[in-house]
Amino acid sequence: MADIISLGGLQVASRDELGKALEGGGCAASSCGSKAGPADMDPATWAKVKDHPCYSEEAHHYFARMHVSVAPACNIQCNYCNRKYDCANESRPGVVSERLTPEQAARKVLAVAAEVPQLSVLGIAGPGDAAYDWKKTKATFDLVQKQLPDIRLCLSSNGLAMPDHVDEIVAMNIDHVTLTINTLDPEVGAQIYPWIFFRGKRHHGIEAATILLDRQMQALDMLVARGVLVKVNSVLIPGINEAGMQELNRVVKQKGAFLHNIMPLISDPAHGTHFGLTGQRGPTAAELRAVQDLCGDGANLMKHCRQCRADAVGMLGEDRGQEFTLDKLPEVVEDDGEKRAAYRDWVAREREDRRAAAEAAQAEVAVVAAPPMLVAVCTKGGGRINQHFGHATEFQIYEVDAAGVRFITHRRADNYCVGGHGDGETLSEIIRTLDGVPVVLCARIGEAPRERMAAAGIEVIDTCAQDYIETAILDLYASRNRRDALTA
Amino acid sequence: MAYKIVTAHCTACGACEFECPNAAVRFKAGAYVIDPRLCTECAGQFDAPQCASVCPVPKTCIPA
Ligand code: SF4
Ligand code: SF4
Repeated sequence: MADIISLGGLQVASRDELGKALEGGGCAASSCGSKAGPADMDPATWAKVKDHPCYSEEAHHYFARMHVSVAPACNIQCNYCNRKYDCANESRPGVVSERLTPEQAARKVLAVAAEVPQLSVLGIAGPGDAAYDWKKTKATFDLVQKQLPDIRLCLSSNGLAMPDHVDEIVAMNIDHVTLTINTLDPEVGAQIYPWIFFRGKRHHGIEAATILLDRQMQALDMLVARGVLVKVNSVLIPGINEAGMQELNRVVKQKGAFLHNIMPLISDPAHGTHFGLTGQRGPTAAELRAVQDLCGDGANLMKHCRQCRADAVGMLGEDRGQEFTLDKLPEVVEDDGEKRAAYRDWVAREREDRRAAAEAAQAEVAVVAAPPMLVAVCTKGGGRINQHFGHATEFQIYEVDAAGVRFITHRRADNYCVGGHGDGETLSEIIRTLDGVPVVLCARIGEAPRERMAAAGIEVIDTCAQDYIETAILDLYASRNRRDALTA
Repeated sequence: MAYKIVTAHCTACGACEFECPNAAVRFKAGAYVIDPRLCTECAGQFDAPQCASVCPVPKTCIPA
């Protein structure tokens, strides 16, 4: 089960209390500098993404999204998907445990909005295709928009049905759309999609992949032309589509995609997917990084994606969905829009502070001439080091050098079917996960795990609890390299 | 002449209901079923039965 502390701890009414809840004790934060701020974006784009945890790496520290599954019908078959499969312990796109009617979904969104002031985004993202099962998608969005005009709407689609609904999407003020595009080459597509259903006919093989690609490009062009932000998702499938990924990245960027999210294939025979059964493996962390590095100057790469479940609720990387299943929803929900407004105010100030803080720390490292260093961080949101090592289900990996701090990726520390693992095994798993990362920053760690980590060559530091992430990393890097200079 | 749905295989995605040109597919008592009085096997309307063409699970929309 996902850790739910980060949201629970923030359920307080006033701005000041929120500030206290996040700041806690610990060493004083001086400064920090995230690169993913408004500086590298035009104001209109920043206004669209600044509260969207899936589009802005910075926003995901502050805001929560929820997905509802109302659109189970799909118009294509993918070899990495098996829509019969459903497991509450599993976390991957297209998997959901509860199907809702549009009315039920709207009630659920209202209940979550009343509980979670961080909520800023509602997405419809399968299982099934939100653009193909359009009537249900639209009915849900219409209901939510009437009741919660401040929540942003987004949807994702394989693109096949998308061109038919672009005008409605614009009319409904949906300003974020995700298109899953895995390849530009129909021969490769034929290995990923066994069939599509289009205009009353099932198509197979290269013919199917050609139609799909055509519609995807049409959808991308139409959405971009109307000012909708488009994120392109691609599933990296080793040996199948990795060779074309750089070109795909170049083309979608040139066409105006705002983000490109290259996600690893999740494949396991137990999922019963075609790839799971044929033994097609997913990429290693190193393979994924290599492809992402190749695409470095293409569309902004989204490295913080958690591949959340289609009915996920919460900040990125956590899922409170189990708390809001249909049977637990109150009949009548009192929504308090004020709380969300107060929270957004507070975030605006906190972000300013975090940015200013980073600039100062940045000055310290600008003179360091040392190789880059990787640092893992345990956080439950707010842009701070505020999670106990033992509670971390994932680590944020940053790279630091004289040019500053960059978010690289997150690495999960648990299996997605949690349970059945002793603590010792979990630690070994963490050590494997953190391969190549010499330092971990967390809020606290016990002595025994600290020693085991040290024995594996990974230093765990808990003296900068509650600090801003970037500031702490910059300070660490600066002091490390001073120390190295002294001992040299 | 009609099609039927093998409930044991059905994922209840509803795609067949969506595509049937004759509104023969209904969601009844927790399952999708085809009304044999309305189903024409799509004769004269499409080359192949729409429910079977869109269904994600093989051998689930079959001749009754
Ligand atoms: S065969 Fe055609 S008419 Fe009959 S249920 Fe299927 S889609 Fe409807
Ligand atoms: S398309 Fe197939 S799986 Fe979906 S509801 Fe119809 S019969 Fe069931």
